[in-house]
Amino acid sequence: MTRTLMTTVAALALCGGAAAAQTVGFSQIGSESGWRAAETTLTRQQAEERGYQLQFSDAQQRQENQIAAIRSFVAQGVDAILLAPVVATGWDSVLEEAAEAEIPVVLLDRRVDSDESLYLTAVGSDLVHEGEVAGQWLVDQVAGEECRIVELQGTTGSSPAIDRKTGFETAIAGHDNLEIVRSQTADFTRARGKEVMESFLQAEGGGADICALYAHNDDMAVGAIQAIKEAGLAPGSDILVVSIDAVPDIFQAIAAGEANATVELTPNMAGPAFDALEAFWAEGTMPEKFIQTESRLYTQADDPQGEYDRRKDLGY
Amino acid sequence: MTVLSRIAPQLIVLAALIALVSVFYPGFLSIDIQNGRPVGPVIDILKRSAPVALLAVGMTLVIATRGIDLSVGTIMAICGAAAAWALTQGLGAGAAIALALTAGLAAGLWNGVLVAVVGIQPFVATLILMTMGRGVAQLITEGRILTFTDPGFGWVGSGVALGLPVPVWIWLATAIAVAVIMRRTALGLLVEAVGINRRAAHLAGVNATVLLIAVYIASGFCAALAGIVVTADIRGADANNAGLWLELDAILAVVIGGNSLLGGRFSVAASVLGALIIQTISAGILLAGFASEYNLIIKAGLVLIILVLQSPRIASEWRLWRDSHRAERGRT
Repeated sequence: MTRTLMTTVAALALCGGAAAAQTVGFSQIGSESGWRAAETTLTRQQAEERGYQLQFSDAQQRQENQIAAIRSFVAQGVDAILLAPVVATGWDSVLEEAAEAEIPVVLLDRRVDSDESLYLTAVGSDLVHEGEVAGQWLVDQVAGEECRIVELQGTTGSSPAIDRKTGFETAIAGHDNLEIVRSQTADFTRARGKEVMESFLQAEGGGADICALYAHNDDMAVGAIQAIKEAGLAPGSDILVVSIDAVPDIFQAIAAGEANATVELTPNMAGPAFDALEAFWAEGTMPEKFIQTESRLYTQADDPQGEYDRRKDLGY
Repeated sequence: MTVLSRIAPQLIVLAALIALVSVFYPGFLSIDIQNGRPVGPVIDILKRSAPVALLAVGMTLVIATRGIDLSVGTIMAICGAAAAWALTQGLGAGAAIALALTAGLAAGLWNGVLVAVVGIQPFVATLILMTMGRGVAQLITEGRILTFTDPGFGWVGSGVALGLPVPVWIWLATAIAVAVIMRRTALGLLVEAVGINRRAAHLAGVNATVLLIAVYIASGFCAALAGIVVTADIRGADANNAGLWLELDAILAVVIGGNSLLGGRFSVAASVLGALIIQTISAGILLAGFASEYNLIIKAGLVLIILVLQSPRIASEWRLWRDSHRAERGRT
């Protein structure tokens, strides 16, 4: 009897030390895009798989809601806090409160300008690197042939638009056969992607002078693909299409041969975050201050239909 | 005043813009036939004007009653979402269009009742739906882009009929129908009477309440058509972005059309020309190949010039200056 009791106590202690039954608070920005909905779904899945209690709070795009959520997580004494910050500034005092309560905070997807000591680590993708992966794919694909590229930019002035443009330009720099001949914003939307692509096709000899399209996100590419089809050209062969994000709809286009490649911005930020937290809980290991997620390239050879099926129910 | 002299300033502006864009992009007026469909910048402009032109038709009537409808962009999103939902449920194109139009009429009725019966100021009343409606659309689409493949419904957005894209026929037909109904009957006069002085119109026997509700319903209907066009065009309902800020473009089109925001006299034809002017500016910027940082500045600059030239004060100052100049010359 005593032995059983002791074993139980030991097991419980072990459980407490290891990951099981941990409570994690997650302050999400909102659900403004399909990607964010998928991030929420995957965070819930990851927490469930690892047996954590997830306290979820949707801030509906307001920082004050996020601050209130973090305060309530601190008051509940959770074991860790995940924060996808809506803005970069104004987090110092609430992060200090979490630090005083010795609760590790992991930032997801976006960064804050507070002191690095106030959070455990930040998980995110490198936007410049995403652009580089897309550019490198095109460099390899055309293999030295002349290629006139048109570019659909994201919302002017937004950091994904700036960084994905920079990364792509870095990748094609030094390859004189590649040239961006037209570059315009299409605001990350399908409708604008189609409209701007129509004007590109007009301006470039009905599309005959365009060899490739680079879009800063998949939605603009999906719109542009329709414009290319309506102009009587074949997207994917007459005009190569490469974009970023890896949302389900682009995999349908890739499976149909109408798009060529996409670079994944993974919504699974929680996986690396939980890995880092587990190492921290178990042995107190301090992770790097920035954990970069993989920017994986998917092409027509990577089972696009299967990728579509895997993603379609994530909430995109 | 004949129709032609009423819309003369807008026609001149449009001609000047076409000349300006042709300087930067010489092939602007060329039209080719590819795969049995006309292709050219002008065709694109006519087609891309559809959403704003449709919204501007409804907005003209609302503004003529001294009102404003800020919710039209949101109504587009709701109607597009409703249509896409119907299609994904396998209800077919006809049902999808019927559902979208019903949603637009209902949204217009909501606005009209708030303005005419409850007596809330139009700006505030329609702001409610503008804010709330996008949430309704997101509920329908569950926050994702609802895509569909129905070719019949897609034809409404990107098909060709009788040599012109279908959206062009839709906005042309809507604008002509509304203009004829307003001008061949006394309805236009009654709308103007309500806009100039609702109380006086009421005392003169005009049923202002019903008329006000009717113009908001008309605006909702036009917004539903616009929503159907944009949804069919990309074969997907994007609740976050469909019609975003288009209410402002529609108001701008009405203003460029020389209609007063204080209500009264209105011209549907001039508003539709306003929409064409806005789209010509946008298309011209794209074709000319400027960096995207300049888009909004160029657009705003051109709009400013157009509005300054239309300003009554500038016009009277100019006439004064010209007359005194002539008089001076006459003396010497």
